[in-house]
Formats: sequence, C-alpha cells, structure tokens
Amino acid sequence: MKIANKTVTATRLVKDALEKAKHFADYNIFTFLNEEGALKKAAEIDAKIARGEKVGRLAGVPYALKDNFLSPEGDTTASAHILEGCASPVTATAVEKLEAEGAIMIGRANLDAFAHGSSTENSYFGPTLNSHDKTRVAGGSSGGSAVAVALDIVEFATGTDTGGSIRQPASFNGVYGFKPTYGTISRYGVVAMASSLDCIGFFTKTPEDMDLLMSIAAGQDPKDMTTLPDYYNTNSKASPVHKIGIIKDFDNDVVDANIRNALKDKCELLKSKGYEIVELEMPTLKYALAAYYIIQPAEVASNLSRYDGVRYGFRSNDSSNLDGLYENTRNEGFMPENKRRIMIGNFVLSSGFYDAYFLKAAKARTLIIDEYNKAFSKCDFILTPVSPNPAFKLGEKVNDPVAMYLEDLMSVSLNLAGVPGLAIPAGETAEGLPIGLQLVGPRRSDKRLIEFAKEII
Amino acid sequence: MDINCETIEHLASLSDFSLSDEEKTSLTNDLQNIIKYISQLDELNTDDVAPTYQVFEMENVWRNDEIVKQDANREQLLALTKEEKDNQIKVPKVL
Repeated sequence: MKIANKTVTATRLVKDALEKAKHFADYNIFTFLNEEGALKKAAEIDAKIARGEKVGRLAGVPYALKDNFLSPEGDTTASAHILEGCASPVTATAVEKLEAEGAIMIGRANLDAFAHGSSTENSYFGPTLNSHDKTRVAGGSSGGSAVAVALDIVEFATGTDTGGSIRQPASFNGVYGFKPTYGTISRYGVVAMASSLDCIGFFTKTPEDMDLLMSIAAGQDPKDMTTLPDYYNTNSKASPVHKIGIIKDFDNDVVDANIRNALKDKCELLKSKGYEIVELEMPTLKYALAAYYIIQPAEVASNLSRYDGVRYGFRSNDSSNLDGLYENTRNEGFMPENKRRIMIGNFVLSSGFYDAYFLKAAKARTLIIDEYNKAFSKCDFILTPVSPNPAFKLGEKVNDPVAMYLEDLMSVSLNLAGVPGLAIPAGETAEGLPIGLQLVGPRRSDKRLIEFAKEII
Repeated sequence: MDINCETIEHLASLSDFSLSDEEKTSLTNDLQNIIKYISQLDELNTDDVAPTYQVFEMENVWRNDEIVKQDANREQLLALTKEEKDNQIKVPKVL
C-alpha cells in the first residue's frame, strides 16, 4: 500500500485519488466526494511528517467508505431515500480505527439501498457500473467499494457482507474481498441489516494489504457486545496447511464453465505445490439460500422497523396523523427490494407461519454449521466459486427477485455458519470478465486464510 | 402457500406501508415466487435438530454498571429531525 512519507505526500495521494474519482464519474461509484475534509486531513499528516512526528500505518492512504458506515463526513445514506440528509454525529468504530492510523476517506461508496441486493442496482442513486464492462453490474451490495478499488481510485475500501455483499462484487471486479469470522470487527456505527449475519470487511488489491487492515480493525469493542476479543493479532504461529477441500455438489451446470475451469486450474496449481485436494460432499448447502432468505428478511424486518421519519432522515409531508406519517414515509422512502424483504420477513415471523418458515430455517442453520464442522475435520480450507456466474448485464435480473437471490447461492452459507471467506481474483472469462474464487476457513482462521491466499496467486 | 391480496394488505399493515394498487399486484407476484423458493426447505429433514439463532460464541457479556459516554449530544440529535419545538420532536396528531 502506498503510504505518505518524505518522497510522496499525503496531499499528492489524496489529490490523485480525487482526480481519478472525477475522471470515472460516469461509473457512479460515489454518493459523496469528501474533497475538503480529505485535503485537510492530508495536510495535517504532511505537517506531522515534516515535523518528524510518528504517523500511523495507513498515513495518507486514500480509501472509499461504503455509505452505510456512520461518520460526520458527508451524509450517511445507505443509498436509501429514507436516510436522506442524515449527517451523523456518531463515528463507526471501524472508521475511527482506520483514521487513527492515518487513512483518509475520499468518498462514500454506492450500495444497494440498505445493502439489499447483489448488483447495486437497488440504490436510490442508480447503479454503479462494472469496472471491466460498463454494460454490466458492479455486483453488490458493496458495488461502489469494489469498483473504486478495481479502477485504482483508492488503495482499499470498506464493505459489509451479510450474504456475499463483499465477496461477490470483489469477484465481479477482480479484487480481493474479505468477510471475516462473525464478530471479528466492531459493527458499532454501521447501518444494521441482519444482525446475526452482518460482518464488516474490506476490498484490497493484495492479500498483504488485507492482512494489514484486518490487524488494525479486529478486536473487541465495548460499544458492540457481539465483538470477539482480538484473536487476529494474538494467534500463535499457525499450523501448516496441507489439505484443500472442494465441494462436489457445486460442480454442475448451475456454475458457469469459465468459473469451473478456473477452479480446476487453481486445484492443479495447488497440487503442483504439494497440497492435497479433498473432495467434499456437503448436500445441505443447497438449502442454505432458502434458509438465508428466511432468516435474513426476518432480521431485516426487525432492524428496519426503526425508520419512520420521526427522528432523522426523510419525512413524507402529506400526512394528517402519526400513523399516516409512518406509512407514507416508509412507502415513499424504501426501495422496492427493501419492501419485499420487510414483507417477507414479517410473513415468516407472523403467527401461523413462524414454525414452518423461521424455526425451520433456524434448524437448517444448525445442519449447515454441522456440515462445515465435518468438512473442516477433513481439510484445512475449502475452495469454491463465489457466485455461479461472472458479472451479468445491467437490468438482467433486477425485476426478478428470485433470479437475483440465486446470485448468493454459494456465498450465504458462510454467513449462516459465521465462518470467514476471502474472494480472490482467479483470471478472466473469454469475454474478459473477472472470475473470483472463495477460500473458506473455520472460525477464527482468518489470518491463516489470508496468508494462505498468497499461495494460489 | 397462496399469497392473495388480503395477505399482502395484512403484511403491509404489519410493515407500515401505504402500498399503491400497482405495488400490491407486483408484490403479490414477487412474494409468491419467493415463498415458493424458500419452501424447498420442506424437503430437509430437521427432526430432533435444535435451532440456531446466532453464531456468536460468547454467552452473557457483563459490563460495569457505569454510564457510558454517548457520542452525540441532544442538540446534534435534534438537528437531524424535520420539525422541532422546545427541545421536542414535532409530529402530526396521533389520532
């Protein structure tokens, strides 16, 4: 990662990033450009360096902040109309940690509204375009973050991953994207989607940068009771990796031939380096998507019940009483996909359907966790595709929710089980679209997983 | 499970949405398809399986009984609302 020092100034790095962001404006990557704030911070860092003072490990490094992280710099919109005009007085813990090391946010990155989607087409501000083909989607929900890194505007970007929202856009744009073990990074000050699944993570160009960011961001936060004590920086020497599992159940026509070939190539590479490839049968994983699209909307319905136009954000004007204010604000302020998920969530939780759907999905979740535990008794890591296909055309799936949900087929089981997954670039299709593969590890294997990624470049 | 207009209106009321007729029609169709998809879980045998509601390893987390300093003060929070009067948030009549 290029950091500010005596030969390159933070101001130069930030100016370059801002210029590039403007050059690529037609990709619709940013919901806000932090010109004034970023240049001010850069000048402060340059002054510190000139005075010979100690600066952080990310001094002057420009980054993109997914627009569902709270900070006072720019409104936090979550790319949703209902959060219009929310200049947060609160700063997310992850942002505080990055900025304490000298990282400089140059802009807020576009997402599917409330992170509901797999293409960034559900954004109130319109879709972000794919870095390799402007007629295709960026992936989602962290589409803006992935494209900002892929187009080399910034050195890294933050993301959130509830069912694949970091890994899938990373794979659609040819960059690294990491979803850590559940509870590794504090979620304080990040717009909640589905609390038993949500994770904070990053987009980078190298595994080394990912390791650095994880070592900075990981750790317990008194403001988030679901953070684990820092295991990332304290794990003793990791045991060597011998066996890599591949999932037989995913080797079928559902997955694009280019992606299956890329997986086979990586397996050959690993074999040539002396690793053993283990074939795994994980028959319950095919139910992960159905379980996910019950559990996730149920938690979404609960988390999004707080948005009512009273305390902050957009408020509908034409309401004669309080109930009307709630209903009109929510109806005008949410995107169609937000509404679908809230209604499905209320359906699976409502009396008469709770046992058949929500409870059933919670039991399926147990079986999926068991299946991962069994798999990791046979191998160290698992290598799978991230998504069944490379980046698809804009508009191709946006009006067909089930087709869009199928994008998450191979990514959601990790969130249900709470295990880490790293999307790694794995070449391109014949058409020149990036292909991504996903390395999956047991809980708390995050550091070992990121280090292992260097083996399969 | 058939989703009809009545179900949609019930769910809209649980969700606090004032849906247009057009939205009701498209949501009926979308929800029908989504519920058909998630119903494939019926194939999975979950007899004698305990449910999992969260995957955080730690159980009860205690903290000291101290007031934690808040990041935002009253003025900053009230500034985010659309209408304010005498340090209160103003809304339309309740009834």
